[in-house]
Amino acid sequence: MGYEQNLVCFNTLDSKESWSLATYEQHDGYETWRKILAGKLTPEQIISEVKASGLRGRGGAGFPTGLKWSFMPRDVAGQKYLVCNSDESEPGTCHDRDILRYNPHSLIEGMAIAAYAMGATIAYNYIRGEFLDEPVPRFDAAVKEAYEAGLLGKNIQRSGIDFDLHTFVGAGAYICGEETALLESLEGKQGRPRFKPPFPAHFGLYGKPTTINNTQSLASVPAIMRQGAAWFAGLGPDGSGGTALFSVSGHIEKPGNYELPMGIAFKDLLNDICGGVLGGRRLKAVIPGGSSCKVLPAEIIMECTMDYNALQEAGSSFGTGAVIVMDETTCMVRVLRRIARFYMAESCGQCTPCREGTGWLYRMLTRIVEGRGEEADLQILVDVAGKIEGHTICALGDAAAWPVQSFLDHFYDEFAYMVRNDGRSIVDVAAEAAA
Amino acid sequence: MSYALSAQVKGEIEQWQARFPTDRKRSAVISALHAVQHENNGYVTAEHMNAVAEYLELPAIQVYEVATFYSMFQTKEVGRNAVAICTNISCMLRGADDIVDHVEKKLGIVLGESTADGRIFLKKEEECIAACCGAPAMMVNHKYYENLTIEQVDEILNGLD
Repeated sequence: MGYEQNLVCFNTLDSKESWSLATYEQHDGYETWRKILAGKLTPEQIISEVKASGLRGRGGAGFPTGLKWSFMPRDVAGQKYLVCNSDESEPGTCHDRDILRYNPHSLIEGMAIAAYAMGATIAYNYIRGEFLDEPVPRFDAAVKEAYEAGLLGKNIQRSGIDFDLHTFVGAGAYICGEETALLESLEGKQGRPRFKPPFPAHFGLYGKPTTINNTQSLASVPAIMRQGAAWFAGLGPDGSGGTALFSVSGHIEKPGNYELPMGIAFKDLLNDICGGVLGGRRLKAVIPGGSSCKVLPAEIIMECTMDYNALQEAGSSFGTGAVIVMDETTCMVRVLRRIARFYMAESCGQCTPCREGTGWLYRMLTRIVEGRGEEADLQILVDVAGKIEGHTICALGDAAAWPVQSFLDHFYDEFAYMVRNDGRSIVDVAAEAAA
Repeated sequence: MSYALSAQVKGEIEQWQARFPTDRKRSAVISALHAVQHENNGYVTAEHMNAVAEYLELPAIQVYEVATFYSMFQTKEVGRNAVAICTNISCMLRGADDIVDHVEKKLGIVLGESTADGRIFLKKEEECIAACCGAPAMMVNHKYYENLTIEQVDEILNGLD
């Protein structure tokens, strides 16, 4: 089955200098923004179009974007803000980096449209600090181009519309991808998630009404407005409108960022698009949406389509669309230990269950990998994960718990083998037997 | 020893401050620290942080908090070239651990240490740098290198002065 690629966020990628204003405009870029400047679109029309498109937040949570926009207070005077979350750091995820590098104007126009729809006149794009060398200058250059073309600024083209867009550069902290931690960071503080409510739509950046959207979500907006909500919704199945950027990594022949319609069958993504499992080996498991999502064994994921509902029914989630492929040589205990280390390192430390629990998980898994584990540890791992889940201010605690629960749920035998055999991995035994 | 911000750093901070409301100077702390660290061999000292605090008219503790929270800031002396090898899951699956082993042996130091000649700082275990489709990947002085082989790593490291 053929799938059309690069329909939305990557629609300029087949052109030379895909990041330039000229290229973007050749692809009907800024058409919607110019319509807004000409007074031909109201905020209500935009929000209802985005709602009807079925666009859901691509940063991981999958919250309907149009609905989020509608939470912004309408008739309140004073400054409102739009913030784009380009703090891309969910392990396995690297497609926002490509939007920033290869089609930054789609994000700029998306931010302009979103800001206008919500009555925000100032926007910040929070880009992770590690992107300092290439994505940040590329995005900045595009913003400069847009200012020079008279598309941004005050009273733009005498429309009475103000929109100023600034880049912000972070400094290395996964937690700043959590939207209220990101706001704290923007205010020049440690990135510690805020207690909610109040939600950012009422008390956001500097205490003002603020909406935070992910890079891919915002970069999808211009295509939705150009080609219509029905077109976008129709690209995917019910509940999962549009295309998604899949970052396919790990044991795969052709790793890469692929923009494909939502609802593509996993086996087509694996075999037709990505050339199959690395070296023709057998698939063992897949984490379908970044390291915070539950792992799925091959026999389950091979029957899945890649969309919100199907992955939820399969016991995982769509997450960020970061598809991490693991073949039969993968030791699931070692992988889980590495994931656990990540959450321990990135916990901000303000909630006790997460601060202490993530360290427990990592140390117990280390003990097991080093041959000092006991079978009782496996139950304790699940218990500790359960005591973190749901007991923290933000979702990092849940994200630390879910991998542990799902790895043990699906691959218990590998963990049990290791504790009974002084840290020997079942996959090493298999490899030796085959050699 | 007291430290004064250079004109260049001050200019950079001001350019960042212009992006925020005038009463929100604190928003410029992260970029100020980036600028100071860049000018001072890749790490910031208490004197540097105090100078930033004074310039932004903030209590020094607010600058210390930021400098110690974010992984891109180093608060101890480190080698002049920062090498960060990603070892997170996608890179791990593509052999990142072998690269770390090789580099540690080659340089005679472990993650988190700098070489005695001050040439290379090997960052402590690096979390995902969002180059998963180019795994294994590393960052050298902010520049990304992807689809690494041991030979390429050698070449890149040998090229650092």
